[in-house]
Amino acid sequence: MAEPLTVRLTVNGVPYEGRCEPRKLLVDFLREDLGLTGTHVGCEHGVCGACTILFNGEAARSCIMLAVQADGAELLTVEGLMRDGKLHPLQEAFREHHGLQCGFCTPGMLLTALDLLHTNPSPTEAEIREGVSAVLCRCTGYHGIIKAVGAAASALKKA
Amino acid sequence: MTLIGAPVRRVEDARLLTGGGRFVADLVLPRMLHAAFLRSPHAHARIHDLDLRRARAAPSVAACLGGDDLRPRARPIRTESRMKGYRATDCPPLATGKVRYAGEAVAVVVAESRYAAEDAAELIDVRWEPLPVVAGAEAGAAEGSPLLHEEVGSNVLLSRAFVQGDADRALASAAVVVGDRFRFHRHAGVTLENRACLADWDAGGGLLTLWSSTQVPGLLRDVLAELLEVPAHRLRVVAPDVGGGFGVKSALYPEEVTVCALARLLGRPVKWVGDRREDLLASTQAWDEVIEARLGLGADGALEALAARVLADVGAYSVHPWTASIEVIQVISFLPGPYRLPHYRGEAWGVATNKAPMGPYRGVGRPVSTFVLEALLDRAARRLGMDPVELRLKNLIRPEELPYRSPSGVVWDGGSFVESLERAREVADYTGAREEQVLARAQKRYVGIGVAAYVELTGVGSAIPASPGAAINTGTEGATVRVDPGGTVTATFGLACHGQGHETTLAQVVAEELGARLEDVRIIHGDTAASPTGTGTYASRSAVIGGGAAILASRTLREKAVRIAAHLLEAGAEDVALEAGRASVRGTGRSVTLREIAAAAYAGVKRLPKGMEPGLEATRFYDPYLGTASNATHIAVVDVDVETCAVRIRRFVVVEDCGRIINPLIVEGQAIGGVAQGIGAALLEEVVYDEDGQLLTGTLMDYLVPTASEVPAIEVHHLERPSPTTLGGFKGVGEGGTIGAPAAVANAIADALAPLGVEITELPLTPQRLFRLIHRRSSPASRPTMPGGSPARRSA
Repeated sequence: MAEPLTVRLTVNGVPYEGRCEPRKLLVDFLREDLGLTGTHVGCEHGVCGACTILFNGEAARSCIMLAVQADGAELLTVEGLMRDGKLHPLQEAFREHHGLQCGFCTPGMLLTALDLLHTNPSPTEAEIREGVSAVLCRCTGYHGIIKAVGAAASALKKA
Repeated sequence: MTLIGAPVRRVEDARLLTGGGRFVADLVLPRMLHAAFLRSPHAHARIHDLDLRRARAAPSVAACLGGDDLRPRARPIRTESRMKGYRATDCPPLATGKVRYAGEAVAVVVAESRYAAEDAAELIDVRWEPLPVVAGAEAGAAEGSPLLHEEVGSNVLLSRAFVQGDADRALASAAVVVGDRFRFHRHAGVTLENRACLADWDAGGGLLTLWSSTQVPGLLRDVLAELLEVPAHRLRVVAPDVGGGFGVKSALYPEEVTVCALARLLGRPVKWVGDRREDLLASTQAWDEVIEARLGLGADGALEALAARVLADVGAYSVHPWTASIEVIQVISFLPGPYRLPHYRGEAWGVATNKAPMGPYRGVGRPVSTFVLEALLDRAARRLGMDPVELRLKNLIRPEELPYRSPSGVVWDGGSFVESLERAREVADYTGAREEQVLARAQKRYVGIGVAAYVELTGVGSAIPASPGAAINTGTEGATVRVDPGGTVTATFGLACHGQGHETTLAQVVAEELGARLEDVRIIHGDTAASPTGTGTYASRSAVIGGGAAILASRTLREKAVRIAAHLLEAGAEDVALEAGRASVRGTGRSVTLREIAAAAYAGVKRLPKGMEPGLEATRFYDPYLGTASNATHIAVVDVDVETCAVRIRRFVVVEDCGRIINPLIVEGQAIGGVAQGIGAALLEEVVYDEDGQLLTGTLMDYLVPTASEVPAIEVHHLERPSPTTLGGFKGVGEGGTIGAPAAVANAIADALAPLGVEITELPLTPQRLFRLIHRRSSPASRPTMPGGSPARRSA
């Protein structure tokens, strides 16, 4: 077993420092070492997207990255989406349009959609479908998710 | 507006949207250990020497056990059935003697972290003797096949037939007979949350608690009590937030037994969180059937007879409590569909093979039976020169014929079969689509329209077990509704939600029936220590049976609350109305709140009507006895690109009747989600084993779940015809989408390719299969060319 290494990073605006084995996955570090269990593990091979977070502002799969790779990085996870105790417009839109059922893919779906809206604030339905195709949802058939992302795009433009 | 029927936004969402959900993997207990399983690399092999010494000596390992070590601590899983022709088999939680599928758990390591446990599992040495592999049902049923379970003497674990009339004679005299050999390949449920469980043994109290990602906490409590020899009242099973079930999490799993035994052995909490590889290897799978079916019709298109033989590959073990029979028996139970059929013979066999066990999955049998029957109906329509919708309308059971006893003995209590098809034809603009198809064909474009109608039995009561012959009752559920002295309401159920939104829909039912405010009602589910005895959520039962129990308990409580209110207001109970948390005397301004009523209820007999017992809570149970029919029609319109073999679903229309709707938002979500899984089953998803029983689809790069790019917009229309037999008029809606969609998509593709003479007999219809079909059947003149212009070969 390799010696633990120190990882310093910022998650949701809060600085953290932890020590872990170099092989530890970033998602395990978030969940186990930092107690941020909102980010979920669905496949551990980068396909399902449940573990998606924003890594220095861009969507990334935290299940196929090592914690040590995140040293010095700024991360955003689902726990950091609310502002002043209020749901983010994306979260609000998912609730309004029934964009979730079991809720397991939801954190990764929200962060993926946020990344999409950062790069394309006015996506067409086809662009939303392609954007969120990075995350698997087994419950909703994506219907409510597509509607929610479209509604959130409108809400964010007004804000 | 009443609460039942309102599109109330879900109460679950606030926590699930903010990372506040609590799934099993999120739970942490003091001194908790982590388990990793060593799984068999062989599909069928004898275990000669299992050497655990190096693993036991590895850093931070607390224990390492093989099957022989576990055997004194947990009995093998053995599921009996009253079904004739069923052979029970043993499934030890860790393999003893031999393994029967690749991925079967052989040993377990418990360590301070999952990383350390996996490291140690790699140090286990096993001397294997590979055995001949049974790679499919036909091979397994053949004379002289190697046996999986030598003690039962055959791989055929079950056989059953349903017979009405004389199908052979009717087929011999039918004007038109269509038939074929159909194949629906193996399917995986792929819940986004992998299975996981955590057990904790409280030695002082002699209490065992299991948190599991399960649909059936009540079922688990009862069977674990037997297997572990712990009294049921000292065993608590909790299903916290569960990330999808779809039937896959409705059986007892070996890992659940193992972590319980380990927690008791070690006196420390033990957690196992499955990874995706383990899920694809060792969760229950679905379908995998060959169906030979013949359908006979009169010259006028009236159905006369149906004969079918169904051979199912049930995998290595019978799952508890459903047994290996659940999938295939449902195929022959429901093959006649919502149609009038005088003569029927359905025969089924389930054969053990060296694959993961077969279990219930959304739709159970009926996606397969609907695919077969609806395909035959389309063929018959083509033979008779009839429109496929007209042929169906001629044969659908009409309202005046209900209740109708199906040839397999299922009673359809009601339904809107004809109305559903007529409405679907209208909203899908069927006539317009046919006209467009004519134009498309003239331009050599392959556009197809596929129709599928089905009926399913939901909310099944105690008359029939959810799985034929199963030794447990799945027909009842209870509800406890309690108003506390503060006037808020807690309703507790043995159900276990995994995405259906029970915390919202059941609160709607309780609030309306009791007369409370919606925001004052909290639903608790998925905890055997909190709830009245029940089993869980599966088989499209929760709205019907749980909703019925909620109505009974709420009405009982309402009656008492009204009597207390009348006493407090010095009025007659018949003059008091309780609504939205306030009881008022009709025609006066006098009222009391539910909170004031509750405070009086607990304040002793002096505040209560003479002779009334204090307290404000009620527990009631509901058994709908037979169950109720839920039906729908699906229409798919597809484009098939004969060069790339890509299928694009242009339109998908659902007209469903789930009776009285509790929450239309949630009904629509269930229907669309079900259709998405059905589309996956029709076009993409297939579990593939090679002839050595090795799983070739062990990742999500090989097993293809539809993404947002593959699922089209799905239009859902409701026919809200209340059930004539259930309390509240509710019918189940959880599975239907998956039942109709594969058939509708398959029929649409067959319709699109009709000019090429292609018939669909096999699902999923991957591009590769479609390519073979197109190139096998098409004549040289009409054969399409490959992309790039090179001529296609005749057979791939």
